[in-house]
Amino acid sequence: MTRVYFLLGCLFLILLVLPLFLNEYLLGIFVFIFYYAYLGQSWNILTGYTGNISLGHSLYVGIGAYLSTMIAMHLGISPWLGMLFGGLGATLISLIMGYLAFRFGLRNVYFVLITIAFAEIGRLVALHLKPLGQFMGLFIDFKPGWQNFQFKGNLPYYYISLGFVVFSLAVVRATELSKVGRYFVALREDEDAAESIGVNAFKYKMIALGMSSFMTALAGTFYANYIFYLHPASIMSMALSIEIILRPIIGGLGTLFGPLIGSFLITPLAEISRSYFAKAGLEGLHIVIYGFLLITSVLFFPRGIYSYIRRALFSG
Amino acid sequence: MPLLELKQVSKTFGGLRAVSDVSLCLEKGEILGIIGPNGAGKTTLFNTITGFCRHESGEILFEGRSLIDLKPHQICHRGLVRTFQLVKPFLQLSVLDNVIVAALNRIKTTKAATEKALQTIEFVGLKEKKHTLATTLTLPHRKRLELARALATEPGLLLLDEVMAGLTPREVDQLIGLLAEVNQRKVTILLIEHVMRGLMALSRTVLVLNYGVKIAEGAPEEVVKNPQVIEAYLGEEFGKEAGRGIELAQGKRD
Repeated sequence: MTRVYFLLGCLFLILLVLPLFLNEYLLGIFVFIFYYAYLGQSWNILTGYTGNISLGHSLYVGIGAYLSTMIAMHLGISPWLGMLFGGLGATLISLIMGYLAFRFGLRNVYFVLITIAFAEIGRLVALHLKPLGQFMGLFIDFKPGWQNFQFKGNLPYYYISLGFVVFSLAVVRATELSKVGRYFVALREDEDAAESIGVNAFKYKMIALGMSSFMTALAGTFYANYIFYLHPASIMSMALSIEIILRPIIGGLGTLFGPLIGSFLITPLAEISRSYFAKAGLEGLHIVIYGFLLITSVLFFPRGIYSYIRRALFSG
Repeated sequence: MPLLELKQVSKTFGGLRAVSDVSLCLEKGEILGIIGPNGAGKTTLFNTITGFCRHESGEILFEGRSLIDLKPHQICHRGLVRTFQLVKPFLQLSVLDNVIVAALNRIKTTKAATEKALQTIEFVGLKEKKHTLATTLTLPHRKRLELARALATEPGLLLLDEVMAGLTPREVDQLIGLLAEVNQRKVTILLIEHVMRGLMALSRTVLVLNYGVKIAEGAPEEVVKNPQVIEAYLGEEFGKEAGRGIELAQGKRD
């Protein structure tokens, strides 16, 4: 692990000075790399570590984005503080869902279905609420400044999103080393066996879900103040939920670095191919490429790319 | 006061009475064996005691307090732990990590739990395998891991569901020695076992189930002579093998 920490430290230093060599466009790509790495890591806590597959994480992005934005617009409270309310709101909703799912022992496919159902309900509600702009979506006033979480240019967003990634890595690593994290993994491996040796399955699944949704919602606030436009079709959609899960799966489920590695691979590809294909009149082709990549990685790297990198690191 | 007391416990699946009015009394420090043909309700009885399935009627008392309506993890905190007939290791975790999870049942910090886990692993003889992933372990090693996990929770009562099945005679003998040592450390044991050698060598009392009903209970050497038991379960051949088990046990006592 010391070797990994060393490499990670080097990578972090490189990423700190990297903006000196990047233009606005490339900075933007890095912002999305970090954004999706962070989202993937948040999802990874629930699915990668405890084994409960959520296909509705866009719900929490949406709650985080809308709550912090509404609080800023109507109460004048800084999104930095509003972000926490967004997180708590998302946690509350996720725990209601978790209570229903876990209390009645929903597992596997049935859990996936309830996450999709909640996300769809959330999307439809957001779509019909007048204060959220209904079908027009919600435009956010641009008032640059630290307290407003809004900036000119990509550079501040680069460092904030990098900070998010570091924060998520620290949280997940601390969890891995703690009792909570060990219980998470035990539940993923075998819930009955875990229960039999003293793991309160209900409690620890609720903790995982709460942590995961709270962290996911923080990214929603970031998105709102980076894009300045919110619409349920983009931030509460199934498409986003799939974007969230793609990176950790390809990078390595239930691993510390899987989401980050996955995001470094997928996000630039998505961004670049999206813009190039659109120019050539081939909108949507990047989704086909996603499909190919996912199939390839599931076939050839079923345990994610990180497991191969780790093996190379420790055998070399 | 007995450590574990069952009063007329019953469990029905649909129209089938898997466990029917079973009563038993287990004193502290004792080893009680349960035998019976396949489908006799032995594992269902374990599942009912440990909270994995709801019972229909009857009382289950552990240290004088009812276990009814408790969840498996609460029962484990009370000091009653079981192993599974089809072992359930955490496959993608190392042997050590498997046992640490169990040690956290009583110990707050992961550091102290790691210590406890290492001791337990050494005790069951898996020291060389501590960093091996459970998925690569052989069946005998997986059974030992299952035992180590149960022991690391620091139970007062250990419920073993066929821990000896599939082991060679030599491995069975080693396990008998190990379990006798566990018992000397003040852990009471309730075991389901088809391996008569093991059962006869360890248990002071044997209880026989057939079609969910208790048909006999007593000292091993008496039970194996009971005609009803021979008819239901042992058969002539097994009767002889059980006899050898008793001789083995007596040899050890002398």
